[in-house]
Amino acid sequence: MTVYAVPGTPGSKVTFKSRYENWIGGEWVAPVKGQYFENITPVTGKPFAEVARGTAKDIELALDAAHKVAPAWGKTSPAERAAVLNKIADIIDANTEMLAVAETWDNGKAIRETLNADIPLAADHFRYFASAIRAQDGDHAQLDGDTVSYQFHEPLGVVGQIIPWNFPILMAVWKLAPALAAGNAIVLKPAEQTPVSILVLLELIGDILPPGVVNVVNGFGLEAGKPLASSNRIRKIAFTGETTTGRLILQYASANIIPSTVELGGKSPNIFFSDVAQEKDAFYDKAQEGFVLFALNQGEICTAPSRALLQKSIYDSFLGDAVTRAGKIIQGNPLDTDTQMGAQASNDQLEKILAYIDIGTKEGAKLALGGERVDLGGDLTDGYYVQPTIFEGHNKMRLFQEEIFGPVLAVTSFTDYDDAISIANDTIYGLGAGVWSRNGNVAYRAGRDIQAGRVWVNNYHSYPAGAAFGGYKSSGIGRENNKLALGHYQQTKNLLVSYSENKLGFF
Amino acid sequence: MSTPTITASVTIAGETIPRVELRPVAVDLLRSLWEEYGPLMFHQSGGCCDGSSPMLFMAGEFITSDQDVRLGQFDLAPTGGPAQPLDFWMSIEQFNYWSHTFLTVAVVPGRGSGFSAEAPRGVRFLIRSELMTTITPFAGPAAIPA
Repeated sequence: MTVYAVPGTPGSKVTFKSRYENWIGGEWVAPVKGQYFENITPVTGKPFAEVARGTAKDIELALDAAHKVAPAWGKTSPAERAAVLNKIADIIDANTEMLAVAETWDNGKAIRETLNADIPLAADHFRYFASAIRAQDGDHAQLDGDTVSYQFHEPLGVVGQIIPWNFPILMAVWKLAPALAAGNAIVLKPAEQTPVSILVLLELIGDILPPGVVNVVNGFGLEAGKPLASSNRIRKIAFTGETTTGRLILQYASANIIPSTVELGGKSPNIFFSDVAQEKDAFYDKAQEGFVLFALNQGEICTAPSRALLQKSIYDSFLGDAVTRAGKIIQGNPLDTDTQMGAQASNDQLEKILAYIDIGTKEGAKLALGGERVDLGGDLTDGYYVQPTIFEGHNKMRLFQEEIFGPVLAVTSFTDYDDAISIANDTIYGLGAGVWSRNGNVAYRAGRDIQAGRVWVNNYHSYPAGAAFGGYKSSGIGRENNKLALGHYQQTKNLLVSYSENKLGFF
Repeated sequence: MSTPTITASVTIAGETIPRVELRPVAVDLLRSLWEEYGPLMFHQSGGCCDGSSPMLFMAGEFITSDQDVRLGQFDLAPTGGPAQPLDFWMSIEQFNYWSHTFLTVAVVPGRGSGFSAEAPRGVRFLIRSELMTTITPFAGPAAIPA
């Protein structure tokens, strides 16, 4: 067991600045209006730094810087850009603990996750796209003996990216890495709940990138996000968030006739067929853990397996074992490596989760575990902690249909394969899903029949670089985490060349 | 005089019972934001991160369509003042799962917001829900003209 020291105290891996400005054109730039907002750590509920409250004027400065460098950056060779990405990855790896503590303090999540997932995955993601851009070929086709069609990938130019708060560094990297690899300059707006950790990363990697290639403007959605998303000076806008803002961003994109990729959440089913309980062996243990993964990252994951579907014949026994297991989740100081569940990211998120627990009870769902806010006492007493919570009910309840984005699981039963698929697909979302079975044929068929962009078969919550990630239905448009994402940041240039000396003969 | 709770008018054809109300704290905040920004609208969000919360926009900023339902209209105006209509919208696909609940707009301290207009104030609109006592008076999504 290790308990990391609180940032800024003796022995801590990170000391935050008291105030963070915007990162524009390779330097720290004070917000034009001179305003800042307090950044709160969900660990204690107390402010720990001031952050620039950017506005349209700051977005314009960032766009100026991006446009200045974009043409030259876009003409660098894939090898040069890959070298930059690999260098960034090395620096992240060399500073894993420091970045992990910063991320935990900004977001509230348990340090074991930032140490073992968020930060190492971020480094690997840069390496993946460094490789992907080097391996990317153009196309050509010989259309007839003397006519050849060449297709080149070209960067879009300057792109905007709006980042969520649940994995502040990793979600930024999911968008930064393909955009940089493809040769774009970027203006990025972090979430106002978690504006600082990405700036700590920029402090480490800022001088590796040519000035203006990555610009970060903090601020509120209305004041900084909207001027970015609606600007006619970007060639693409990428967003991860929720449906209403997603639609608004698509509206802004339509006004400028630019592409937009949006990732908008989910209500992912996690299906357990009866054969998982055929023996109480290692696979059963794995499946039980797969059920409890609803609590990973305090449930604040777009793909959280927030609906568990259990086959009737194993419902009572499987659920009984799983509830016992979930009841043993260790909640505590997020900086303690033994802690399994940290704090929810903000007070309003905590309140929303409690409001859903309330409507769940009113709708008649049966509480099987948790259901309360947790007071961890001492310095953590004002932090945003909720018990892992399990409800039993039916799929028409709002608990089963709305993304709570907290450690709240809705459990129901199914009779047979068709019933399972029907319940699984009875949702407006289609981001993630899990299928657990010892029968490969059943697992394969279910994986194909579920309308979701990512179906985990006999595992869950793994996010390796290379596996395409994105939504069906109202969960969004586009794919990340795979070389397909390069295409979201590239234009196609077709060069149609005639090698013939002979005229057409039309005129 | 203390701020009242404001209940939305019924705007779904065939229905007779209101679906949404504003707590006094929400009324005070909305009146203040109206002074800053002018006419406003709500669109209930679903999904990730800041979702499952009502988003407040300048009226007309969010383009609604046949895929949305207007759950009700508030009048924020104090007694005798000129009307200050504020519509509350939701997507029809989301309404299919919400139609049996009565929604109360509350306010909590917080930060998360998407592009919602209250965020810079350090507060967040939040939905609290009650089951509606009966479904039968409600037209429900089927009656909403497509």
